[in-house]
Amino acid sequence: MSTAVLEKPAAEEGALATFRRGVALSPELRPGLIGTLALALVSMAGRVAVPIAIQQGIDRGIRAPGGPDLGVVALIVGLTLAVLVVSTACGYAMTRRLFTVSETALGALRSRTFRHIHDLSMLHQQSERRGSLVSRVTGDVDQITQFLQTGGVMLLLTSGQLVVTTIVMFVYSWQLTLVVFAAFLPAVIIIRLFQKRLAGVYRIVRERTGTMLGAVAESVVGATVIRAYGVAGRTGQRLDTSIDNLRVAQQKALRTSVISFSTGELAAGVALAAVVVVGLLLGVDGGLSVGKLTAFLFLVTLFIQPVQIATEVLNEAQNAVAGWRRVLDVLDIEPDVADPDAEGVELPPGPLSVRFADVSYRYPGGPVVLADVDLEIAPKTRVAVVGETGSGKTTFAKLLTRLMDPAGGQVLLSGTPLTSVRFTSLRSRVVMVPQDGFLFDATVAENIRFAAPELTDGDLERAFTELGLADWLAGLPLGLQTPVGERGEALSVGERQLVALVRAYVADPDLLVLDEATSAVDPATEVRLQRALDTVTRGRTTVAIAHRLSTAQSADEVIVVDAGRVVQRGPHTTLIRDEDSIYAKLFASWLEQTR
Amino acid sequence: MLGRAIRTEPRLFIIGTIGSSLFGLLVIANAFVVGAVIGNVVVPAFAEHRAGTGELVLIAAAFIGIALLRVASIFGRRLGAGYMQFRLQARYRRAVTRRYLALPPAWHQRHATGTLLSNANSDVEAAFVPIAPLPFAVGTIVMIAAALVSLFLTDWVLAMVGVCLFPALFGLNLVYSRRMSPRQIRAQQLRGKVSAVAHESFDGALVVKTMGREADESRRFAVHVSELRDALISVGRLRGAFDPVMDSLPSVGTLAVLLLGAWRLQSGAVSVAELVSVSFLFTVLAFPVRAIGWVVAELPRSVAGWERVQAVLGADGDLAYGSAAPARTGPAEITFDHVRFSYGDGTEVLHDVSFTVPAGRTVALVGATGSGKSTIASLAVRLVDPDKGTVCIDGTPLPELSVPALASAAALVPQVPFVFDDTVRGNVTLDREGLDDEVAWSALRHAQAEGFVAHLPEGLDTAVGERGTSLSGGQRQRLTLARALAGRPRLLVLDDATSAVDPRVEAAILASLRGDDSGASILVVAYRRATIALADLVVYLEDGRVVATGTHTELMATEPGYLNLVTAYEQAEAAREEDSKVIA
Repeated sequence: MSTAVLEKPAAEEGALATFRRGVALSPELRPGLIGTLALALVSMAGRVAVPIAIQQGIDRGIRAPGGPDLGVVALIVGLTLAVLVVSTACGYAMTRRLFTVSETALGALRSRTFRHIHDLSMLHQQSERRGSLVSRVTGDVDQITQFLQTGGVMLLLTSGQLVVTTIVMFVYSWQLTLVVFAAFLPAVIIIRLFQKRLAGVYRIVRERTGTMLGAVAESVVGATVIRAYGVAGRTGQRLDTSIDNLRVAQQKALRTSVISFSTGELAAGVALAAVVVVGLLLGVDGGLSVGKLTAFLFLVTLFIQPVQIATEVLNEAQNAVAGWRRVLDVLDIEPDVADPDAEGVELPPGPLSVRFADVSYRYPGGPVVLADVDLEIAPKTRVAVVGETGSGKTTFAKLLTRLMDPAGGQVLLSGTPLTSVRFTSLRSRVVMVPQDGFLFDATVAENIRFAAPELTDGDLERAFTELGLADWLAGLPLGLQTPVGERGEALSVGERQLVALVRAYVADPDLLVLDEATSAVDPATEVRLQRALDTVTRGRTTVAIAHRLSTAQSADEVIVVDAGRVVQRGPHTTLIRDEDSIYAKLFASWLEQTR
Repeated sequence: MLGRAIRTEPRLFIIGTIGSSLFGLLVIANAFVVGAVIGNVVVPAFAEHRAGTGELVLIAAAFIGIALLRVASIFGRRLGAGYMQFRLQARYRRAVTRRYLALPPAWHQRHATGTLLSNANSDVEAAFVPIAPLPFAVGTIVMIAAALVSLFLTDWVLAMVGVCLFPALFGLNLVYSRRMSPRQIRAQQLRGKVSAVAHESFDGALVVKTMGREADESRRFAVHVSELRDALISVGRLRGAFDPVMDSLPSVGTLAVLLLGAWRLQSGAVSVAELVSVSFLFTVLAFPVRAIGWVVAELPRSVAGWERVQAVLGADGDLAYGSAAPARTGPAEITFDHVRFSYGDGTEVLHDVSFTVPAGRTVALVGATGSGKSTIASLAVRLVDPDKGTVCIDGTPLPELSVPALASAAALVPQVPFVFDDTVRGNVTLDREGLDDEVAWSALRHAQAEGFVAHLPEGLDTAVGERGTSLSGGQRQRLTLARALAGRPRLLVLDDATSAVDPRVEAAILASLRGDDSGASILVVAYRRATIALADLVVYLEDGRVVATGTHTELMATEPGYLNLVTAYEQAEAAREEDSKVIA
């Protein structure tokens, strides 16, 4: 399945590679980076200011020859305070810049991905993938910002802290620094091992969270069926299992992370002990001052923090990297149908003719859906495409509107190859009314203006009147301003189609492609729909993907598709004569259904 | 809420709190050991240029011993708190989903799927987020108390630094939490908005694309994205202001101790050991104090989550079931007797509906959109109860039947097919007793689904994916029809259940149901004339009222409304043919 394109296993690419790919795709991250880093450096200095003050205070002030020298201590404290104030201010400035830049970059990433997804034909070819495409611009990016806002900054700052601390330690005593390293080395090795295990455990937690959410969704969406069939027990069992599986995984993850965290804690104890012992031995020979040794003990605590924080934010970091990777993977998919843009041409003015030249189509890796279609449709004719489910008639419509490109052959409109037509020209001249007549959660007027934003309410009312729908519009509680609800659900299926039809009408295309709805519409609306359709299709080239053969009956010409091939063509009255033909059989069965 | 959480998991809470308190005390002990080592061992040893082996061993043992105890306390604190949090979350997730299964469809209809999903997932999670740092916070309070005591025992002047510092840390935390939570709530709302726009826009992709409105949609999306971005930046800026200050305050404390300590040292009031201890203490105290801030910061979100969870747990409207078993076997007779029904908003949709589906007969419900057909279907299988009047199967009112009795007697095939994330077999049998493969195949055959199932890669064992995404709409409908047939119901309720099936296939299904002698009574909601033709009897509805009952032929003759409705398709056709002639 094509699932692989969207959900690569997490281990495929290293975090660093993702980071590099991500930064390359988000140029917003770069400006001011050096300034931010400089600020970060100054703010780090604040972190080692106190140990240095302790060392200086003890060696030069408290243990000054001739007793504690308050003046010196006051001077040191004053200077350190100044450093603290500056470094705190720099810390604020740095995080401020960091958040501004990163959130701006991520916002831009969201918008860019959103647009990119709209350019991918995957969006309408695999409707079941929509949910996961939505999370590319929501949940996945949210994970990155959440990590940046909490763990990310902490990780960055403490990593800097590690470097600065190490430098100060080296300046004070390279021997003791080596001792600290030696004490931490086993811990670092162990923690690294645990990190790997932890990564695996967290992956299980994520998977089980997904399974649990799936189970909950099923119990909610399927509530009616579960009740009607009395299978609440079975569903409840599944829910409990998925909930408990998640809990067990969470607890295991916690245990692993606590062990890892404790290793660091233990190492800190060992390091303190070793520093004091070795420091004493060094100091006895005059190689180390009391202040430096004391400062070292402070530095050891600063040294351990980054290691432990790294373990703590690992889960978030992995979620963030995984989310980032998923977003980047979507951005990496080349749109299979590209806008020729500047190199493109405009469609010739006037009514459009259609030509399919040896067109064939197959889904990547799938069977052939359409083969050797070679036909012409004269301007201003009304054509119905009929065939059983899966015969390829919907593919025909998608190729005609360039929602997809053929695998072989060419589609031409008035002699111009579709692939060379600029999208702005194509979309204004060729309009498709999809099966479900999708409406946005807005008013009737706004939904129709979707096709022609410049129209006034008066224009819209005129359009309704022209289509014989003025009475229907008048019957709506708020007329044009009636909200249609989410996906238009405040209206009936048929009424939604009416609005979609008006929307197509005001778009005033030269080629209209209608994908008829399969589900039944109540008769009163059906009558309105048919009347409106007549007006909409009048004077334009119309290709209707017909499920109701009444549409075929009234069309100028019928194209019969069977198993991906055009098997018959002609007006209804001619086709019906051959009683053994596929069309005659289809029509007979349809008649049986309606009479 | 926190109290209830503690009462539910008292053992884990105690383990966590003891661990955390021990940890706090060890932090203080460690500081005093550091001070003692510097003041009482290092200073004299450096002065005398001599260090005893015994002392060295003792120091090493002290640091490592404290570290070991700290590890133990961390285990107690974090595992206690974490297990408590996870167990509570699992417990409430189970409780919430149990309510979902128990609450009637009418309740489900009033709540959006997305809301119910987040009630069980993120709301439960948010409700118990403060549980994890709670023992830590309690332990921190113990630690601060102990620290203040030890400070006063050391020197009152140095203690004053603590007296100033701790409330400052607390206060800052409080201010932070209070200013942060509205920003976070706003960010969360905006996230929801961004998500809603993305959902809608991707759902309508075909319209967006065919109208060439991708750029406008991207602009619409970008508006919400930039609002969210600004909200997140404002969250970040507050954090950016708070974090460095929180980090620096303890450092200021340490510096104050250094200055005051030097002065007190001069007057001999404190020793070097004490001075070092106290300054070390301030550097390590800062971090635990923030745990209290975490609890406080999460509280508003937690309370909001808890309230939403409680709303589900406290929701009522459960249907009560009786214990009656079916009165007899064979096809059931169902009777609607003066049934009235209204939806939650009070609009009555069924007014005094009475009719009977005689045993073994097929009755078609015919009426325009909104005439109450689907409501009758729901009442027939008791997804909802009538406001007035009764629905009886074989003379037994539905509320008196037990759950299994009802489920085995009547099966509904809804308009929109629901397919479980399971195999074909699981979807057809639903693990109901006595339903083997033979039954499943036979049901699939009657539903005209045998052919496509046999062609699936693994037949009955093929997993159909979440919501049956690997199947077409018509296939899903046939699968759910087979599910109903497999239970050999005595009453089959079809609510426009074959709308997505090709007419030819539908004809075959209807023929098969008709020819099946196992004999269920059938109540069918239909538009297509072939479906109506199958019925022995037609119940014609207008605006929630039974206008007439009779055979199709009778109604065609006597009911002009019925005649109009059923012939509307043909009228539409005729009208169009007229039009074409005019154009021609």
